[in-house]
Amino acid sequence: MKKSVFLGALTVAGLAAGASAAATLDDVKARGTLNCGVAPGLVGFAAPNAEGEWEGFDVSVCRAVAAAVLGDPTAVEFVPTTGKTRFTALASGEIDMLARNTTWTFSRDVDLKFEFAGVNYYDGQGFMIPRELGISSAKELDGATVCIQTGTTTELNLADYFRANNISYEPVPIETNAEAQPLYLEGACDVYTTDASGLAATRASFENPGDHVILPEIISKEPLGPLVRHGDNDWGDIVRWTLNALIAAEEYGVTSANVDDLAEGTDNPEVNRLLGTEGNLGEMMGLDADWAVRAIKANGNYGEIFEQNIGESTPIGLSRGLNAQWTEGGLLYSPPFR
Amino acid sequence: MSDTHAESVAFVRDTMIPEQAPPASEAGAVKWVRSNLFPDWLNAILTIVALYLIARLVIGAFPWFANGIWNASSLSECREILDGATGGCFAVLAERWNQLLFGFQYPSTEYWRPALAFVLLAVAAAPLLFWMYLPSRLLVLTALYPFVAYWLLWGGTILTPAVAALGFVVAYLVFARIERRSFALALGAAVVAAVATWFLGGLLVDALPRVLALPEVASRNMGGFMLNFILGVVCVSLSLPIGILLALGRQSKMPIIKWICVVFIEFIRGVPLITLLFVANVVLAYFFPPETNIDLILRVIIMITAFASAYIAEVIRGGLAALPKGQYEAADSLGLDYPQAMRLIIMPQALKISIPGIVNVAVGLFKDTTLVSIISMFDLVGMIRGPILASTEWNGVYWELWGFAILMFFPVCYAISKYSQWLERQLATDHR
Amino acid sequence: MATLSDPPSESFQLSKLIRDTRYRSYTFQLIALIALILVFAYLGSNLASNLAEAGLNISFSFLGNSAGYDINQSLIEYNNQMTHLRATLVGALNTLLVAFLGCILATIIGVIVGVLRLSKNWLIGRIMSIYVEIFRNVPVLIWILIIYFVMTAAMPSARDYLGEEPERDLLLGLIAFTNRGVYVPAAVFQPMGWVVLGVFVASIFGAIAYRRYATKLLYDTGRLLPMGWPMLAIVILPALVAFFVLGQPIALDRPDPLANRFNLQGGIPISGAFIALWFALSIYTAAFIAENVRAGILAVSRGQTEAAASLGLRPNRIMNLVVLPQALRVIIPPVISQYLNLTKNSSLAIAVGYMDLTATLGGITLNQTGRAIECILLLMLFYLAISLAISAVMNAYNSAIRLKER
Repeated sequence: MKKSVFLGALTVAGLAAGASAAATLDDVKARGTLNCGVAPGLVGFAAPNAEGEWEGFDVSVCRAVAAAVLGDPTAVEFVPTTGKTRFTALASGEIDMLARNTTWTFSRDVDLKFEFAGVNYYDGQGFMIPRELGISSAKELDGATVCIQTGTTTELNLADYFRANNISYEPVPIETNAEAQPLYLEGACDVYTTDASGLAATRASFENPGDHVILPEIISKEPLGPLVRHGDNDWGDIVRWTLNALIAAEEYGVTSANVDDLAEGTDNPEVNRLLGTEGNLGEMMGLDADWAVRAIKANGNYGEIFEQNIGESTPIGLSRGLNAQWTEGGLLYSPPFR
Repeated sequence: MSDTHAESVAFVRDTMIPEQAPPASEAGAVKWVRSNLFPDWLNAILTIVALYLIARLVIGAFPWFANGIWNASSLSECREILDGATGGCFAVLAERWNQLLFGFQYPSTEYWRPALAFVLLAVAAAPLLFWMYLPSRLLVLTALYPFVAYWLLWGGTILTPAVAALGFVVAYLVFARIERRSFALALGAAVVAAVATWFLGGLLVDALPRVLALPEVASRNMGGFMLNFILGVVCVSLSLPIGILLALGRQSKMPIIKWICVVFIEFIRGVPLITLLFVANVVLAYFFPPETNIDLILRVIIMITAFASAYIAEVIRGGLAALPKGQYEAADSLGLDYPQAMRLIIMPQALKISIPGIVNVAVGLFKDTTLVSIISMFDLVGMIRGPILASTEWNGVYWELWGFAILMFFPVCYAISKYSQWLERQLATDHR
Repeated sequence: MATLSDPPSESFQLSKLIRDTRYRSYTFQLIALIALILVFAYLGSNLASNLAEAGLNISFSFLGNSAGYDINQSLIEYNNQMTHLRATLVGALNTLLVAFLGCILATIIGVIVGVLRLSKNWLIGRIMSIYVEIFRNVPVLIWILIIYFVMTAAMPSARDYLGEEPERDLLLGLIAFTNRGVYVPAAVFQPMGWVVLGVFVASIFGAIAYRRYATKLLYDTGRLLPMGWPMLAIVILPALVAFFVLGQPIALDRPDPLANRFNLQGGIPISGAFIALWFALSIYTAAFIAENVRAGILAVSRGQTEAAASLGLRPNRIMNLVVLPQALRVIIPPVISQYLNLTKNSSLAIAVGYMDLTATLGGITLNQTGRAIECILLLMLFYLAISLAISAVMNAYNSAIRLKER
C-alpha cells in the first residue's frame, strides 16, 4: 500500500509523466520536450560540458528535431544510454529517438523492429595502437590484447576479422569508452578498437595524441544514424527528413547565418520548398511551413554541425572523408525535397 | 607443617616488610609493552613485522599527503607543480567537489537545497535514533521530514508534498475514529480517505502550481553522493513497512498468503541486486502500459525497495521467532484479535529484537546503492568512473578519487554500525 | 454434559465471511489470491500488448544461434562460432570458479583475522580491527574497482617482460606479474605424469590412514606416534620417487617472453579482472567472516577454556580440542550465508570486464540479440538455483549439528 501511495504522490508531482502511444509526434508535442537517447559520454558526439549541457554531433541532431517539431532546440531531455539499455529504452518508449552512434544493421532494422532514419555519419571500425610498438598493419596484431566496447557491433566485427585472417587475440571487454581509456593508456591492452570516429575522439582526449597511431585498416562498414521505433512511420518521416534537411541545406548553401534571409524567398525552387516558402512540405508531415528553417537555425546545416563538433578545427580533428557531400566525392546524398 | 619443620626454623619474621614498588619490568609502560606487544617470541615477531609495515606505509604515504596539490586545473598541471616529487593531486577533489556530491546535472544555483535537506536529515533522524532520550513529540519532525525533503530536492510547489502529507494525516484521523469497530474496516476507510484527499489535493495543485515553488529538478538530474543518500534513505524507509508485512505474511497460518510471501522473499534473496537493477533498467518498462513512463530513478527505487524489504522481512521474522510462545498465548488469552495482538504485544518486542539486524540491512543497502553506477546512473562511483576519470584533465587520478569515495562511505556506514552496537547494548535487558 | 448441546445451527450470512474467524481467513486468502492473479494478469497483458506492438515475441531459440564473440577466459572449449548457450555455460563456469576460489580465500583470511583479532597482542588486534571495519563499511564495488584500477596503474606492463633483453625478469623464471594479469606456469602431463599424480593422491589417503592408526594407537595403548613429519613424508616422498623413477614425466610450461611481441605466451594467464574480482570479493567477505569467527569463539563460555586449562591442556590444544569444535557450531551458519553473498556479489564482475555469467548472458548476449527479457530471466534463474543449493546445504548442516537435546 505504501508503495502505491508513494507512486501516486510522485505521479501528482509530474515525475512520471510522458506517453508513448502510437503517435509519437502528438506525445512529443503534448509533453513539450523530446526525449532523445544519447551516448553517456563520447566527446564530440554526445557529452555533457563543464556546465552540464549536452553537446556533440549526435546531440545536434536531437536539437534539430526538437527545433523542427517544438520550435525550441533546447526542449530536449537527453537520456544517457549504454550499449545494453539503448534498444530497450527506445522499444519501451522511454525515449522518442535514439541518436547514439548506432550502426544500421539488418538485424537491428528487421529483427529488433527499429527504423533507421538515415545515416548521419559513415564510419568504420579501426584500431589504435601506441606508436612505440611500431605496428603498421592490423595483420601484425597476432597475439595482441585488444580492448573492445561490449554491446556493440565492434565485438562481432573483431571476432570475424581475426578469424578471417587466422590470427589470435585476447579480448578485454569494457563497458564504456571512459573505462577503456585508462586501460589502454596504462598498457593493459595493446590495441583499442572501436569506430574510427570514436578512436579519433578518444585519441584527442589523450595528453599526447601524437604517441598513438590509428591503423589504416578499416575492418567494417558502420553507417551510424538516428533511429526510431518500427511502426510509427509519421514520426520516422519527421526524423528522416529533418536529417535530410540538414544535409540538403549544406548542399544548397543554406547556413544558420543566411537561413533567415533565404527564407524570405530565393530563385532556387528546391531551397524554397525546403524552407517552406513554396509548397506545403511541412504540412504533409504534420508540422508547420518553416520547420526546416528552425532545424537549420538550431545548430546550422550538416557541414556546420560537423565542423563545430568533430571537424578538423576541433581537437577531434576528423576530416570529412566519406561524409562529404556527393558533389564533393562523399556519400551524403539527400533525396530531393519535392 | 609446624610439626615437621618447627625445629629447623631459625628465624621467624614478626613484622611486615614495607611494600616495594614493583620491578621496572613489571610496571607502567614497560609492563604494558611486554605483555601486550612481546608476550612470547611469536607475538614479538608479529609485532615487529607489523611495526615495520606501518612504518613503511607512513613513510610512503606521508609525502603523498604533505606534498598534495590542491590547486591545479589538470593532472598534467599537478605533475608540473610536483616536478617529479611524490604527491597527491587533490586538486581534482577541489575542482569537481560539487560534481562528486551532487552530480553534474543538478543546477549549481540550487546546491543549498540538498545541503539543507542533508542537515535536516540529522534533525529528523535524531528523535528516531535516540527515542529513549528525546521526547516522543519530536517524532513529528521525523514524520514531516520526507515531505520537506521531497520539496527541497525535487522542487515544485510546496502544495504537492503538503497534500501528500495531508492525505496521511486524514487517513490517520479516519483510522483512529473507526478502529474500535473493526480494524479491517478502518484500514479500508483510511485508504479511501487518503486517496480522496490526494485526488482533491491534486486538483488544488494543478490549479495553483506556483505557490511557494522552488525551481523543479528532474530526478534524472540527481547524481553524486546525493543520489546514494537519496536511494539509501528512501529505500530503507519504504522497505521497513513492507518488510513487516512480509514477515507477518510469512508467519501467517493462511497458506496462500504465506506462500506468496515465501516465494517473494526467497526469490528476491536468491538473486543478486544487479540483476534486479537490470530488470529495472531494461525489462520493467515492458510490464507497464505504454502510456505510463516511469523514469529510471523511480524504477530503481522500486527494485531496491523490493530487495531491501525481503531482507528486512527475514530479520523481523527472526525477531518474531525469538519471542517466547507465551507472549502470543498471553495476547490470545487477553482476548485481543490479531491486529491488536500484533500491534500492542508482538511487534513492539519483535522490532526491538530486530533493530540491530535492520540497521545492518540498512548499512548493506546503503553500500549497495553504488551498484546503480553499473546501469549508467551517475552516483558517486558513476561520477568517478564516468565523467571525471574520462575527462582529459583528470585521466589517471585513481588514488585521490577512490580514496575520496572511501572517505564518503566509511564514516556513514561506520557510524551506523557503531550506533547499532550501542543500541544493542541499550536494549539488552537480560542483565548479563 | 447434557446441557452442552450443539450450538443452534444458524443460517449462513455474508457478514460471517468477515466477522467469523472460521471463514475470515478464507476470505482474506481469496482476496489475496484474486489480487495476485489480477496483478499478474495486468502485468502479463501489458507485456503481451507491448511486445505485440513492438512486433517482438518471447523465444529462447536465440540460444542456438552462433554467438560470434570471443571470451578471454574459458574453462571449457569455446570459440566465437559456438552458440550463445555455450557462451552462457562458459560464463556460468567462470562465475562458479570465482565464487569457489573466493570462498576458499575468504575463509582462510577471515579465520586468520578473526583469531588474530582476539590475540593478546595489542598491535595485531588493533590492525585487524581496523581491517575489518574499513572493509566492512565501504561498498564492495569500490574495492573491486580500486584493486582493478590500481593493479592496472601500479603493476608493470606486460611488454616489460618481452624480448631478448627484458626490463624485468620472470619471478624465479616462472611467474610474471603484469597489469594484464599474472602469468603462471602450467603443468604439462605426459602419460606417465598421470601415474605420478595417482601416486600422489594415493599417498594422501595413506597419510590419512596413518593418522587414523596413530590416533587409535594413542587411545588404545597411550603410545604417542609422531604425527607431523611422517605424514608429510608419506604425502611427498612416494610422489617424488615416482616422479624421478618415471623420468620426470611432468613438465612445466613456462610463460615465454620471446614467442610474441605483445604478450607472454604459454603457461596459464590469469587475467587482471579475475584477480581483482577474486581478491576484492575475498578480502571484503573475509572481513565479515572474521566477525563471525570472533563472535563464535567469544560465544564459547570462558568456563570451557578454564576447565580445559585446569586439565592441563596446552593453549593450542585448548583451541583445537575444546574451543573450536564448539565455536564452529556458531560460526558455520553465518559463514555459509556469507558464501551466498559472495556468490551473488560475483555478479559485479561486469564492472571490471570479467566474463562471468552476468557479462556473457546478461551482457554481450543480451546486447547482441536484444532478447532482454529472456536473458535476464535465465540469469535470475541461474543465481536462484545456486542460492537455493547453498541454502539447502546450510539447512542440512543446521539440522545435522543441532544440539541433540534430551
